[in-house]
Amino acid sequence: MSTTEQVGTSVATYIDDRVGSNRFLGRSLKKVFPDHWSFMLGEIALYSFIIVLLTGVFLTLFYKPSMVEVVYDGSYVPLRGIMMTEAYASTLDISFDVRGGLLIRQMHHWAALLFIAAMAVHMFRVFFTGAFRKPREFNWLIGIALITLGLAAGFTGYSLPDDLLSGTGLQIARGIVQAIPIVGTWVAFLLFDGEFPGTEFISRIYGIHILLVPGLILALITVHLMMVWAQKHTQFPGPGRTNDNVVGYPLMPIYMAKAGGFFFIVFGVTALISGLVTINPIWIFGPYTPDQVSAGSQPDWYIGWLDGALRIFPNIETVLFGYTISWNIFIPSVIVPGIVFTAAALYPFIESWVTGDKRDHNLLDRPRNAPTRTAIGVMAITWYFLLFIGGGNDVIALTFDLSINWLIWFLRIAVFVLPPIAFVVTRRTCIALQRKDREKLLHGYESGRILRLPHGEFIEVHEPLNVKDRAVLESAIEAYRAPLPAPERVDANGVANKRYHLHNLRAKLSHWYYADDIVPPTRAEIEAGQAHVSHEAALEEPLHEHEELDYVNVPFHGGILHEKGAAMTNEEQLRERGGHL
Amino acid sequence: MTCLINRSPAPMERKGILVKGLVARRRNPVVATLLLLAALLGVGGVYAVASSTAPAEATASNDQTAIDEGKRLYLEGCSSCHGLNAQGSSNGPTLIGVGAASVHFQVATGRMPMAAPGAQVARKPPIYNEREVADMAAYIASLAPGPAIPTAEQIDYTDADVAEGGVLFRINCAQCHQAAGGGGALTAGKYAPSLMIATPQEIYEAMLTGPQNMPVFGDGTLPVEDKQAIIAYVMDLQQAPSPGGIALGRIGPVAEGLFLWVGVIGAFIGLAVWIGIRAR
Repeated sequence: MSTTEQVGTSVATYIDDRVGSNRFLGRSLKKVFPDHWSFMLGEIALYSFIIVLLTGVFLTLFYKPSMVEVVYDGSYVPLRGIMMTEAYASTLDISFDVRGGLLIRQMHHWAALLFIAAMAVHMFRVFFTGAFRKPREFNWLIGIALITLGLAAGFTGYSLPDDLLSGTGLQIARGIVQAIPIVGTWVAFLLFDGEFPGTEFISRIYGIHILLVPGLILALITVHLMMVWAQKHTQFPGPGRTNDNVVGYPLMPIYMAKAGGFFFIVFGVTALISGLVTINPIWIFGPYTPDQVSAGSQPDWYIGWLDGALRIFPNIETVLFGYTISWNIFIPSVIVPGIVFTAAALYPFIESWVTGDKRDHNLLDRPRNAPTRTAIGVMAITWYFLLFIGGGNDVIALTFDLSINWLIWFLRIAVFVLPPIAFVVTRRTCIALQRKDREKLLHGYESGRILRLPHGEFIEVHEPLNVKDRAVLESAIEAYRAPLPAPERVDANGVANKRYHLHNLRAKLSHWYYADDIVPPTRAEIEAGQAHVSHEAALEEPLHEHEELDYVNVPFHGGILHEKGAAMTNEEQLRERGGHL
Repeated sequence: MTCLINRSPAPMERKGILVKGLVARRRNPVVATLLLLAALLGVGGVYAVASSTAPAEATASNDQTAIDEGKRLYLEGCSSCHGLNAQGSSNGPTLIGVGAASVHFQVATGRMPMAAPGAQVARKPPIYNEREVADMAAYIASLAPGPAIPTAEQIDYTDADVAEGGVLFRINCAQCHQAAGGGGALTAGKYAPSLMIATPQEIYEAMLTGPQNMPVFGDGTLPVEDKQAIIAYVMDLQQAPSPGGIALGRIGPVAEGLFLWVGVIGAFIGLAVWIGIRAR
């Protein structure tokens, strides 16, 4: 035993005697995780959240959540002598007078934007691979909650500097609250402690921003990861991977190194970007006063789609018993996000009910093997993206020299027209890919080499799939589900089906969901197909046996090229085959 | 009115009473009316004289040759839209009374002559040199009084308060030109252009004449010192280095979001793929 080992053993024993950690660690460190780059997207979110926490603590040391008016006398000359809230003045101080303050502020903001973006990308991965399916529906719900909390954390943070931009955002937020019928005005007064902007709101959201929301996020992340730990990570189909095992590497040392290294990469790149690229130059926007507004005022990207919905919604209001109901605000900013988040949260349950699929799924779907789900996802992203464009419509109109009115009208129509088109295109693309997979399973790869058989027939040589590709493609068999059969009105015993209409709806939805999917070949068919391909490929063997070729090249004119890529003349080929072709 | 009629003396007596009884009858309502009239006439008269002096001076300083040359250039390059006598046509507004400042702003920034009709005339490299612009300005100024080209003294912003200019800019300009002066979209393809290449003279002239969709900020609305403060602030926006690094056009969250999604997320996915590649 080396000295290091002796010290290590005695430390481990010392700790184990007191907390009993050896057994847990011994098991945990050997825990196997599957390997794929897309499994690291969630890690980006986790690590950027850690950066946000660390930099946020630094910022709290200098930030003053107060709306008391002070005269700025810091080192930023173009604002010196101006009346502003202490919140804004202290943010300016962080930016200009605290050593390293601007870097930390920019790291906090970039990491916050990255946190939500990484959560979104992670959600796409989970959605398109069907990782949300049983038994992981609850973790999907936690994920939706985390994104919602991320938006709350982001928006409250965006509002804290109390600059002209954030104040404009708050004014819109207040307008949204006021647009809620009946209670809106009262709730707005309650939140802001009176008229806008009041003197209390910054200190109120400060508590929410630094304590409540991050606390909830931290707690939910913990549960999220514990559930991944307990349920084990899903894996993509591959050789030896089944629904009941996990093929991968142990946590220690492989994933410790990968994840630890990735943390430092995320931290380093975030620090680099924050050192090089400005984010939210609050000193440009100036202090907030309700009578000022800047052109091009935008929310941060994650609120952009809501702002877009608000911007493109037609101007509809009704007056009811002398009270105005602003549908033009209430629908796009309250109803629409309500529907979106509810639909997103319920999707795993909806899909499971529609398809009648109650199995456990530890093996991920390839997106093409669930064409309808993939198409729904692309449709949702298309719709989201159009609203996102709406949120930046003025900047886009200015940059690309467009009419903002036409842009709004385009989006009003496009949000209804383009998503269905995206749905159809994606679905057909998936089905085409499925068809290609089926072709490969039955007939192998097209090698691109044309072979002329002794009796004069030309064939293209197909090659059998390698083990890995075959295992991946064969996952279509597991993934395939036939649509549910139409329910019977009356069962064999003559008892009427009381839930006929519900079951009929479900059968129809299931038909819509699955009916067009390509039926994968059976394992026997695959076996036969691959054997046939091997046989065909064997026809080529005589060409290979008498020389040590590096590779065989096929020229575009269809002749056979041999010998390290150099073209053979027809005569040479003839000679080589002993005069028989 | 009834009161006034009842109290009025006979016509023959009126003159004498007006002269003698000014002190005694100063509470008579007619006095108030007369005073108001006199004040209005006085102010109007002074204004008319004052406002006509500036172009008069400008005209005086330019000799007739400049006006003639300007007219020649005008007929050549502008009259097809603005009319042979600058009276305007269906294609362009009248230029009588727009003043030299307006001519200088529109022509020196290349907006006039227009390349093509559209929602808004865009800035482009000027076609005429400074001398030619001055000649045309002299010609237009000779037609009718209007705002003159600001003097070097008027646009001298060196003593102006930048912070005060910032406040004025945010109150008066930022809602269209954006807080950083990057410009903003208006309705139906119109826009407030970026101020990042505007010169002090152009900014002053724009405030004075209100080109295209911009309102006029006359000296009554924004005194000269305020205009200078705004110019000082815009110059600071143009010249000040960006403390936080690459400014991303200073257009705010849209550029930041684009950079995040394209640059940062793109980089991280690339890095994740790199780490995820199994060592072979």
